Amino acid sequence: MSSVIKSMEKNNRTKPRPPPIGSTGAIGWLRQNLFSNIYNSLLTVICICGLILIIPAGIDWVFLSSQVAGDNRFACQNTGACWAWIDQRMGQFLFGFYPEQERWRPMVAFFLLLPALAPWLFERVPAQRYLRIFSIAYPFIATILLVGGFGLPSVASDKFGGFMLNLIVGLSGIVLSLPVGILLALGRRSKLPLIKWVCISFIEIVRGVPLITLLFVSNILLPIFLPPDATLDSVIRVIIMVTAFASAYMAEVIRGGLQAIPSGQYEAAKAMGLNYFQSMRLIILPQALRISIPGIVNTFIGLFKDTTLVIVIGLFDILGIANAMVANPDWLGLSTETYVFVALFFFIICFSMSRYSMWLERRLGTKGSNGWSS
Amino acid sequence: MNNGNAAEFRHKSLIEICGLNKWFGSFHVLRDISLSVASGERIVICGPSGSGKSTLIRCINYLEEHQEGQIFVDGIELKGDLKNIEAVRKEVGMVFQSFNLFPHLTVLENCTLAPVWVRNTPKAEAERIAMELLEKVKIPEQANKYPGQLSGGQQQRVAIARSLCMQPKIMLFDEPTSALDPEMIKEVLDVMVDLADSGMTMLVVTHEMGFAAQVADKVVFMDEGQVVESNTPKEFFENPQSERTKLFLSQILSH
Repeated sequence: MSSVIKSMEKNNRTKPRPPPIGSTGAIGWLRQNLFSNIYNSLLTVICICGLILIIPAGIDWVFLSSQVAGDNRFACQNTGACWAWIDQRMGQFLFGFYPEQERWRPMVAFFLLLPALAPWLFERVPAQRYLRIFSIAYPFIATILLVGGFGLPSVASDKFGGFMLNLIVGLSGIVLSLPVGILLALGRRSKLPLIKWVCISFIEIVRGVPLITLLFVSNILLPIFLPPDATLDSVIRVIIMVTAFASAYMAEVIRGGLQAIPSGQYEAAKAMGLNYFQSMRLIILPQALRISIPGIVNTFIGLFKDTTLVIVIGLFDILGIANAMVANPDWLGLSTETYVFVALFFFIICFSMSRYSMWLERRLGTKGSNGWSS
Repeated sequence: MNNGNAAEFRHKSLIEICGLNKWFGSFHVLRDISLSVASGERIVICGPSGSGKSTLIRCINYLEEHQEGQIFVDGIELKGDLKNIEAVRKEVGMVFQSFNLFPHLTVLENCTLAPVWVRNTPKAEAERIAMELLEKVKIPEQANKYPGQLSGGQQQRVAIARSLCMQPKIMLFDEPTSALDPEMIKEVLDVMVDLADSGMTMLVVTHEMGFAAQVADKVVFMDEGQVVESNTPKEFFENPQSERTKLFLSQILSH
């Protein structure tokens, strides 16, 4: 009986057919994305015309008609960009006024950074445990390399500069602002009034003031309050202020993530007997941070670009060096080239962060996100 | 009931509730509730929505704080003391209407988390127990999937297994089948019947009167925050005492 029903079903069912030609593949993609209706087609044509105008001219300016050799701007008689300054000034752009014979030290610190970051950024890395131990030691190793000690001649931090300074301040800020931001976000939701109000005041005051003001305060006001013989290194001051500023934003981003977690998750964790710290660490934060990834990375990118503000307290980051070079009589008038060059550095770092976060979201997304019921 | 009586009772019963009162703001949600549950007893709590039945069982593991009266669970009084509360929660498993599985953990990880972190069970041992219980709720093959990949009925069975992994003395069920498709209600009820047969002490808030008739030792009917009637299922269904119960039964059994 049942076999009869089965064969009847088989005969009546429509067999799967391939989709109509032109709805999949390259043509399908073009149709769907570029020429789906008359307005879209018009926009596509306008955009293509715009690209035809811009791209060849850009390539011409950057590569074809540009000049690379020469000692000053008078060597550049061509119509395109003048890159002649790069080989002279690259060292300064990267290291600021760091003594030339010691520049191998920041280079080593930079290359050691990669194995220190890898075990935290990726899930499966060879020798993960040892690399994690190494990355905990890394801040101390890097500090000794950069500042000196243990036989290395010491370099004053006001010699730090160029892109190295952006990386030092940016990375320290990123690494520190995430945990501080998490603590502030949890503190703001605390039931204990003292903790709650301390966190709220910190977040609202720091977030309500421009970063540039905080940097001025750290430079001018802090020494007044500190005892006269106590000095706080200016790079460390900047790191503290940038971290404070970013963690106030971070706290709000993470608070948003925490609020998105349904109360059932808190209740289930409680009902199983987990205490506050366990339920935060094991249940709530892993989910809240995952939701907050776009906002967290947004804050990181903002923080990294804000490192250029160190110029207001007399430190020369890559943008400061660029400004100084543009004002130099030898290279006067090359501001376009210089700023394009500087922008490229920031773009590479920020774009990588953005791509990494998208990759991370995709990877975590496969682990059953949106799994909350009702 | 005074303190002395409560102290006497708590040796005999697993759960002892006396003179429980609770307010949400100015709304008096639980009014003078007294209830005792002996070890191995199965109690079904029913009543119209808003009658406070969920609130009552949420008070038993202190997900809700009561303002007056006393609750003893396994001899421990539930008060503001966090240590007592956590001790009670170890012994009381809870199954929610909306499952509340942890979506970022696999089924197996959901089951082993509390034993490992709260009971300090070694991981291998916790996994062995978890697999045994997943077997019991008939989904061992889903152990390495994430909750989002399971159907509602499967999720609820995982939630039951997860609670059982803590080897609780008492299981609370807060409308465990209300969020499920009709086809899936049966598979969850079957698991609950098995559990009842194994001698677990259970408090179940549900509208499944068939389940109540089959397994309950006592049916408690609540309305407007009070216990209106409390009787054996046979008496409750065949010979309800109060008008309110009769009305409720006529409405719930009419279709």
